[in-house]
Amino acid sequence: MNTDPNENDSKEQPEPVRREQSHDKDLDRRFFTKLSLALVGFATFLVGIPVVGFLIDPLFRPAPRLWRQVGAVDDFKIGDVSEVSFEDTSALPWAGLTNKTAAWLYRQGEQEFVAYSVNCAHLGCPVRWEADAQLFMCPCHGGVYFKDGNVAAGPPPRGLTKYPVRVQNGQVEILTSPAPIT
Amino acid sequence: MTELTRTLAKLWQWFDDRTGASAVWKATAGHLVPPNTGWAYVFGSATLVAFIVQVVTGIALATIYVPSTAQAYNSLQFISAQAKWGHLLRGMHYFGASAMVLLVGIHVTRTYLMAAYKYPREMSWLSGSVLLLLIVGMGFTGQLLRWDQVAYWSVFIAAEQAGRVPFVGKTLAHFILAGDTVGGATLSRFFAFHVFFIPMFIFGFIGVHLYLVIRNGISEPPKKGRPVDPKTYRAWYEDMLKREGHPFWPNAAWRDVVFGVATIVVLVILAWVVGAPHLAKPPDPTILQAEPRPDWYLLWYFALLALTPAKLENFVMILAPLFFVLFLILPPLVANKGERSALRRPWAIGLVITCWMMIGTLWIEGKRAPWSPDFSAQELPLAVVHAASGPVYAGAQLFHSHGCEYCHTISGYGGHRGPELTYVGDRLTADQLTIQIVNGGTNMPAYGGNLTASELSNIVAFLGSRKTQ
Repeated sequence: MNTDPNENDSKEQPEPVRREQSHDKDLDRRFFTKLSLALVGFATFLVGIPVVGFLIDPLFRPAPRLWRQVGAVDDFKIGDVSEVSFEDTSALPWAGLTNKTAAWLYRQGEQEFVAYSVNCAHLGCPVRWEADAQLFMCPCHGGVYFKDGNVAAGPPPRGLTKYPVRVQNGQVEILTSPAPIT
Repeated sequence: MTELTRTLAKLWQWFDDRTGASAVWKATAGHLVPPNTGWAYVFGSATLVAFIVQVVTGIALATIYVPSTAQAYNSLQFISAQAKWGHLLRGMHYFGASAMVLLVGIHVTRTYLMAAYKYPREMSWLSGSVLLLLIVGMGFTGQLLRWDQVAYWSVFIAAEQAGRVPFVGKTLAHFILAGDTVGGATLSRFFAFHVFFIPMFIFGFIGVHLYLVIRNGISEPPKKGRPVDPKTYRAWYEDMLKREGHPFWPNAAWRDVVFGVATIVVLVILAWVVGAPHLAKPPDPTILQAEPRPDWYLLWYFALLALTPAKLENFVMILAPLFFVLFLILPPLVANKGERSALRRPWAIGLVITCWMMIGTLWIEGKRAPWSPDFSAQELPLAVVHAASGPVYAGAQLFHSHGCEYCHTISGYGGHRGPELTYVGDRLTADQLTIQIVNGGTNMPAYGGNLTASELSNIVAFLGSRKTQ
């Protein structure tokens, strides 16, 4: 003889009651699924925001642009092109050698200077100055530039990027700039 | 049985009961594989072996390598020259990377030719495609970690290429540089990608890839006239395995073991005999005498871009990788049933031959790099000039000093960017030579403003003397 009243009840529950309980369980399952997804989404958001923000922060923090001295005016002969270098403003304490940016400085006149980026306008390779030929030449794909920075031959789509340059108190100064991206 | 053996057996039983290790082993190593799979099937596991070598040697190298722009080069010099076995480890890591690229290429070729991407293994192909792209990413970021002069300028080149993407190009470029220009954060970013981000995905996708091998089984060698029909394939495959299959271990696995060990032996020998990749000059932005080149497995892509006409460059840079990804994704999506045998898929054979020939010929051109001026060209010797004084001699001197020899060969001396001029005197008159030198051309600068009249005359005299008789 069965003495468990509950067992009798569960065995003998009418169909509509069983269906209703099953429906309630479905609702619970769906609710907890949605809740779990929402909570996981929230946690992902909580961790993801600082991670993504950390990674893309350099895009929103352009380096300050400062005037850097590259030498006295008399250090450069009129008509000559010389390599100069200056410190980046985005320099991090552990940057080491990479702290520097090079440029080609062309003294056009007494107080007139032009400063060119060393990056070829084609794909960024460093151009070298061939003094005898009076041309800038790129080692990668044969890009060539005249002394005035214009394209002389090869694939570069435009001339060499020019950095702002000035003379102040007998010193030649170049304004630091981002890497030229074509 | 000795006491020790009994104890070990009891320990094993305890461990196996708690972990189910032998059941896992039976399900994986013991899973049935079709007969006659042969040596063609070893390249996937060989790629995995190469990856394991990379992880092990990479971790070892990372215990000394300093991923800071200030110290990376010095730490690599220390590893190469002073650390015990450092040079060998660097070499193993480099050749391990090369092995991964080569082996995954062969593996993709084999699976494509055997149409292993068809039902039910579409996801194996797709997960494998992701792994292929990740491997290329590892190769590229790994070269940058050398942080020598080549790596430094290569970062600019990568950023410039990214910059060509419409609308978001500059943003992508600055993301790669980790700022406005190459700086202290640039190398750390590549280190994090090479050591953490990308390997995380590689581990994950290897797990998926191997799980799918267990779930769907290794594809049987294709047979002409036996097309894949998704409705009946699984039942047929299971039945075939029951009738003819044998356990992966050791019946088929022995080949994977032999080839995997051979892979390791070869790369250790190469690392010992050939050595670690040479460290170029330090990453000093003021050293402008540089010739950036990718490592060998990307030389073909370097050549492809160099040979692309300038007007099409942007399209190739952006669309070629996209088309490549599309080509990778499409096969299982559009052709997941039908004949698997390459004998019934001649276009597959044609495509594979075309791809390998394209990569091969572009690689040869990438090694030669005729589009790059040869700045190492030496002055022409007297035996070639055939004059020790006068206008011809003076012209030969100018030919060298004014950079002509960087792009033009004479009697084997000089670059290949422009036409060979050994016997140009036979082809062009003095007037024609003058016009060409003064006005230049698409790939030749106009020297008119850079030469005096007498210099021009001397160069023309020299070039005019270049005749067969």
